[in-house]
Amino acid sequence: MALDSKIPQGHISEKWTNHKNNLKLVAPNNRPKIDVIVVGTGLAGASAAASLGEMGYNVKAFCFQDSPRRAHSIAAQGGINAAKNYQNDGDSTYRLFYDTIKGGDYRAREANVHRLAEVSSNIIDQCVAQGVPFARDYGGLLDNRSFGGTQVQRTFYAAGQTGQQLLLGAYSALSRQIGLGNVKMYNRHEMLDIVKVDGKARGIIARNLITGELERHSAHAVIIATGGYGNVYFLSTNAMGSNVTASWKIHKKGAHFANPCYVQIHPTCIPVHGTNQSKLTLMSESLRNSGRIWVPAKKEDAEAIRAGKLRPTQIAEEDRDYYLERRYPAFGNLVPRDVASRAAKERCDDGHGIEANDTNEGVYLDFSAEIITKGKQAALIQGDSNPSDAKIQELGKKWVESKYGNLFTMYEKITDENPYETPMKIYPAVHYTMGGVWVDYNLMSSIPGCFVAGEANFSDHGANRLGASALMQGLADGYFVLPYTVSNYLADEIRTGKISTDTPEFVDAEHSVRQSIEQLINNNGTKSVDHFHKKLGLIMWNKVGMARNEKGLSEAIEEIGQLREDFYADVKVPGAANELNQELEKALRVADFIELGQLMAKDALLRKESCGGHFREEYQDAEGETLRDDENFAYVAAWEYNGSDASKSVLHKEELKYEFIKIAARNYK
Amino acid sequence: MAKSAFLKSSIAKKYWMALTGLFLCLFLVGHLIGNLQLFMSGYEGALQFNKYAYFMTTNPAVKLLSYVTYLSILFHAIDGIYLAIQNKKARPIAYAMNNPSKNSSSASRNMAVLGTMILIFIATHMINFWAKMKFGTAMPLFVKEIVDPNAGGVKQYMLIATPESPQASVPVQAPIFDNAMLNKQPNNQIIIDGHKIINKANKEVLFEGYKDLHKLTIAFFKSKAKLFNVIPNEGLFFTLFYVFSMIVLGFHLWHGFQSAFQSLGINNKFTPAIKVFGKAFSVIVPILFAIIPIYIHFISK
Amino acid sequence: MSAKKNININLKIWRQKNASTKGKMETYKLDNVSTDSSFLEMLDQLNEQLVNTQNEPVAFDHDCREGICGMCSLYINGRAHGPDTGTTTCQLHMRKFKDGETIFIEPWRSKAFPVVKDLIVDRSSFDRIQQAGGFVSVNTSGNTIDANATPINKSDADKAFEAAACIGCGACVATCKNGSAMLFVGAKVSQYALLPQGKIEAADRVLNMVRQMDEEGFGNCTNTGACEVECPKGISLENIARMNREYLKASVL
Repeated sequence: MALDSKIPQGHISEKWTNHKNNLKLVAPNNRPKIDVIVVGTGLAGASAAASLGEMGYNVKAFCFQDSPRRAHSIAAQGGINAAKNYQNDGDSTYRLFYDTIKGGDYRAREANVHRLAEVSSNIIDQCVAQGVPFARDYGGLLDNRSFGGTQVQRTFYAAGQTGQQLLLGAYSALSRQIGLGNVKMYNRHEMLDIVKVDGKARGIIARNLITGELERHSAHAVIIATGGYGNVYFLSTNAMGSNVTASWKIHKKGAHFANPCYVQIHPTCIPVHGTNQSKLTLMSESLRNSGRIWVPAKKEDAEAIRAGKLRPTQIAEEDRDYYLERRYPAFGNLVPRDVASRAAKERCDDGHGIEANDTNEGVYLDFSAEIITKGKQAALIQGDSNPSDAKIQELGKKWVESKYGNLFTMYEKITDENPYETPMKIYPAVHYTMGGVWVDYNLMSSIPGCFVAGEANFSDHGANRLGASALMQGLADGYFVLPYTVSNYLADEIRTGKISTDTPEFVDAEHSVRQSIEQLINNNGTKSVDHFHKKLGLIMWNKVGMARNEKGLSEAIEEIGQLREDFYADVKVPGAANELNQELEKALRVADFIELGQLMAKDALLRKESCGGHFREEYQDAEGETLRDDENFAYVAAWEYNGSDASKSVLHKEELKYEFIKIAARNYK
Repeated sequence: MAKSAFLKSSIAKKYWMALTGLFLCLFLVGHLIGNLQLFMSGYEGALQFNKYAYFMTTNPAVKLLSYVTYLSILFHAIDGIYLAIQNKKARPIAYAMNNPSKNSSSASRNMAVLGTMILIFIATHMINFWAKMKFGTAMPLFVKEIVDPNAGGVKQYMLIATPESPQASVPVQAPIFDNAMLNKQPNNQIIIDGHKIINKANKEVLFEGYKDLHKLTIAFFKSKAKLFNVIPNEGLFFTLFYVFSMIVLGFHLWHGFQSAFQSLGINNKFTPAIKVFGKAFSVIVPILFAIIPIYIHFISK
Repeated sequence: MSAKKNININLKIWRQKNASTKGKMETYKLDNVSTDSSFLEMLDQLNEQLVNTQNEPVAFDHDCREGICGMCSLYINGRAHGPDTGTTTCQLHMRKFKDGETIFIEPWRSKAFPVVKDLIVDRSSFDRIQQAGGFVSVNTSGNTIDANATPINKSDADKAFEAAACIGCGACVATCKNGSAMLFVGAKVSQYALLPQGKIEAADRVLNMVRQMDEEGFGNCTNTGACEVECPKGISLENIARMNREYLKASVL
């Protein structure tokens, strides 16, 4: 099947407007006769469900958490971009479009990204109207901060909890529609399959996580907004429940999965501390504004630190390697996420890591210089031009506290170390997945009637996402794209009538879900689900992680294939199917992660270039920077499912045409 | 529609608790000012106190206030009990391990218990004083004791008249002038009805005096009798009970005073001052109340 | 370098098969718990041990494990989210406990939060309160006025944010001796009451949300202040006062 991205004709700045003008509509009196299912209630899902509900469609929304408000969008810290140009620093829709394409290392679709930039301003207007308490300045107007990869201040924020405030805004809109009866909410329900009738998405099979009951739900369109798949690495900054299952199930039923190898590794997370660790915690990117990243220049010093014989503060200035400042003098500690992450890995692989964990992976983020600088400044303001060291320290720490206090407290809670006195230990961690279900310009997957929004789709971030863009994309998809494009699709469904869930398609789908559950429950293996998940995570991290090579990727495909067999042979799922069973939930998710992991390795193996979050060691320049191959790889790799052995999946290519932006190499030196 | 819930919604119940509670705080102040007159000694003191009691029982404005007070007490108690029951129902299964002292004061957690104890106190207090004053037929009228040094220290007694009395003060035989004494006289034609002496036959008011609440009070706390024929020295027992009840009241106020403002939606820059005032109030008022029985029992002659 | 240390602990955990069966406290022993582990990682370790010994693992709610989603709960040693203040259970670490200590773990106890299984409770009552009025009635067209057309006093915006920081975990209800939800509702009412966008329907909002709150079977507020102390996000009691004020305005005016 050929991929048709359905990108409208015309100039980039007119495509979306023209397209909207030509989309079909559903009259208000017809909408209540049409059912729409929305799976996932993060920014994209909640906003889509709310918008479609208020249009008058009959919406059913599903989330696996106990409330739609818990979706992991809530954890986004930094902010949301919008081309408002409130700061009068030369921002525009075009600039946001350009920055996003460039940040994505020229692997995103121009038309989609431009649309994202166009609607970005509406998002801010909408959220403010909903009562989202963005940060404001003393004049009462909205405040902005700047973020990595841009030269303007276009990031709107609410302290370090922007994602929370935006999600709660979308949740409030959703709650309003639930209260009005336009949306029926199914909490603690997990979608385990999509049902296709005559090739079209017609419903889902969902498991009630409390009773274990399998439920059939029919609809005229199904929207998947279930987030990314970072948890394939076991350890990531994702929530524990974040999973790929909904995306993977539609993939298995015919939706192509695009660019699975594009994974964003965030450079500033708290390093792994032990084998029982379940989760990695992000320290906001904003810390890199004030902290200097270093490792001991001498390996023996690093070793002594790991052994606990030396403290970082005892390492002399000349024995420290500020490797980002050394390698990237122009951007220094503020290089983009992928660059900073790889540089940390390079140092640790070379034996300079400072964390005493299994892999010695950790580098320092040091605030001592900033404390002195800001302390002196503060003393000067107080009229003290010759302050004592103690006073400098006191004032400097106060400044740091006012700016990053909550992050420092969180760090201390987790690590039991005081970052005001000793440098923070950080290391990159899996954070966001740019890849996802392939969708056309209308956000429809290759299954007619099945739409995919937010992080779950692949569309807007190319090979690397810029900070503060994920929130923007989620809300853009849900509030301002899907209501139009889903209606366009549904315009042909007004005569369909209620869809029965008693058809053979529903019966079969439910049956096969039941079988897969029973297989796991009755497996009588010896090892827990986490055992396999951790193994998968290790393979992924070591061979499909920050730096990849042909050998490792080929091995990963092999090993994951073996792991899949081991999993089904030896996994132990206690309890029963007809009750709340968290181990079973995990097992079903991990089964899909294993298949996905293999596809990621396969995708990474075939992409013989380095771009954004995908770094192939074979394709780097003399200084270790990424080498893109626009000649051969300026395409979206969309994979068609071909059995549970993902290495047999079929590749389809969607060529990326850059008509309005000139492709160039990214340079941060 | 929703407005109809104003009386029964959870928040409205809090308003009523707060309003009645604050009104009762005002009442406490009034009551305390009256009680402090018990520190005044001798005839003048007793007269002053009894005059005050007379005023409190006869003035129509005070009467109205007193009805508001009764209502407040009743409402505060009933609403409080109702809330306590509802609150109990809100947690059907208790925690096996609970450590509330880490997050709240014990007074704040035990308002219902403290309130119930205060209610019991109020009931006994009203039986012992208010009811006797209001309905008791054994209530004596105030008699002044005059010791005439010229007559060799012989004691003489004078029944003191109110300004409204048809007759001026008259000498009587004994220091106690009550119905019991009147009934001992053969063919007795007169009777004490409240603070009035009336002619049984034609209900004519012959004399108006002051009920001797002062005497009653002193006797109450100094009584050496056995309570219920069991507890010896009941005066000491009453004194201790009153002191204890005032400690309970103190704890109730410690949380209740500021809490009332919070319930009424007042939490602003004045809140710290309200808190300080409330704590001072909850300490000073009960202490002043409590030292009165202590003074009477242990110190006064 | 923080010293790596392991401790052995005893656990007393509420086990309940489902909503319709009775539960009871069970005792477990868990050895070699790293003090660097989070509390939930300790429970993961217990569950791994239970699965490996053919027992049913303990069901507990959790998701983001970074203190923001509000899914984790647990009444630990008599306190909501455990002995630390300003912390959710997922950010509580085992270094707060001693070697050999017995730790009580119970679900939130409230009529409006019925136990679903073991340590998991049903907090959908919070959702229903939100649905009753916790929103601004504005459609999601994006065709609203420009975000900067209505300046908002910074102090009001900051206060609204502080109220909006509520994560809806239910610790306030769990810790309140009356099982009252006033802090949760007060925070939501306050957020909107402080912003011009929310003022228009402020009266209906507070009346409807309070009505729903009462219907759900939450207890009443007696101003003990326990909720404020145990709230992992430090939501202030001022928000309850503001709700009381708003309710009074809505009822009387």
